[in-house]
Amino acid sequence: MIGVLDLQGGVVEHLDHLKRLGLAGLRVKKPSEISNLAGIIIPGGESTCLFRLLTISGMKEAIVREFQQGMKIFGTCAGAILLAKTVIGESPCLALIDIEVERNSFGSQMDSFFCEALVPRVSSMPVPLTFIRAPKIKKIGPGVDILLKIGNYIAAAESPDVLVTIFHPELAGSLAFHRYFAHKCGLKTIKEGRSMDDPTWNAKSWTQFARVAD
Amino acid sequence: MDKKRYELNVQLAQMLKGGVIMDVTNAQQAKIAEEAGAVAVMALERVPADIRKDGGVARMSDPTMIAEIKRSVSIPVMAKARIGHFVEAQILEALKIDYIDESEVLTPADEECHIDKTKFSIPFVCGARNLGEALRRIAEGAAMIRTKGEAGTGNVVEAVRHMRAMNREIRQLVNMPLEEVVGFAKAGGFPYELALEARKLGRLPVVNFAAGGIATPADAALMMQLGCDGIFVGSGIFKSADPAKRARAIVIATAYFNDPLKVLEASMGLGEAMPGLEISDIPEAQRLAGRGW
Repeated sequence: MIGVLDLQGGVVEHLDHLKRLGLAGLRVKKPSEISNLAGIIIPGGESTCLFRLLTISGMKEAIVREFQQGMKIFGTCAGAILLAKTVIGESPCLALIDIEVERNSFGSQMDSFFCEALVPRVSSMPVPLTFIRAPKIKKIGPGVDILLKIGNYIAAAESPDVLVTIFHPELAGSLAFHRYFAHKCGLKTIKEGRSMDDPTWNAKSWTQFARVAD
Repeated sequence: MDKKRYELNVQLAQMLKGGVIMDVTNAQQAKIAEEAGAVAVMALERVPADIRKDGGVARMSDPTMIAEIKRSVSIPVMAKARIGHFVEAQILEALKIDYIDESEVLTPADEECHIDKTKFSIPFVCGARNLGEALRRIAEGAAMIRTKGEAGTGNVVEAVRHMRAMNREIRQLVNMPLEEVVGFAKAGGFPYELALEARKLGRLPVVNFAAGGIATPADAALMMQLGCDGIFVGSGIFKSADPAKRARAIVIATAYFNDPLKVLEASMGLGEAMPGLEISDIPEAQRLAGRGW
């Protein structure tokens, strides 16, 4: 089972992607809910808010403890910041992957953008990338591989146990990164093959997890 | 605004879900809000409680002050433009803040038209009292909705009323046969296509926060349990006895809204909340929620 850290941010978007891969996604709010997960996703949101909530809830220690027991971690956007060993100008939170990140590195919301790129290790087809007030990975340390570099910054990287992207794979129809993470966790998915685009995904798909009327 | 830009703007609001957006009037307050765990700040010269007290015409804040707040924090910065004042919105877009609130808290500049938000690249959040109002704002290009509540009162009753109204109308839409939707949309002034979308999705097609009168962790958790996606706190924090502590408490109560023990913990030892106002004591002409349509 893969958990999604449910403190703030794009939680349901990840649950939706996991469901499309036939994986059971679990919302994780408290330390008691984290045991026996193959992996956990730390979603996008505001990293300062998540940092604070991780600290006061005891989730920070719980994640580190489970990580040491073999749980894999996937951080998107704010999640990547929280996992980084070095955050420029700020103290790190979980420090579980040797990368240096700069927060909010592109500017304001008007600098948010969408593009596509080939990430050969993850998919044989171009993957859609959504950058929202994104950070940049500036440097990587030993034991960390670059998955995608664009210009002078790194957009996706991994160590044997941690996957990070500065963009939001959960905000587009491709399931490639989530499948890649599932494999990293040793899990099989129901969707395999060359194209990981799910034609039934659309920008409103998240709402099925947040209905007010049924 | 092209379709993809609009989608990105809706998606920024999605990343704010489960979070608290706080009104701040200077860089120091913005820092306090950020450290407490706010997901964004609303930069304005006077909080609604003071606007209400001072009277007169309330306009967009001084851009110098908004720019200073923008420099002092790394979380998104929002600012308010008057309803229909598209030039104030152009200025805020040129300032490159992250989100514009076309807000009834300021004195409306146009009693007939709201801003045509489709002309902008920057995202807008707009207030609404019911489903029709929310869908009309979305039709104009709003990427996020919030309840109007009654700002500056510290009284949550209007936010509850607006949230319940939206939920009730969505439930009615979901449960009615298709042939009744046109009449329902006509009566409520709903744009028909968006009414169909809300019916299909069982909710608004964009993120919907609660705003207007939220003053305590319990208020925040109440609004979250009623189904909103996050919380705006205006006067409630910096008009209270211990703003930093209250700000942190409201962030916790919003994240753990379904957990009474956590909300209890967050509610303890906060000191005085902001003074509250009974809605019926406010003359009709001074009620802010009635501004805009």
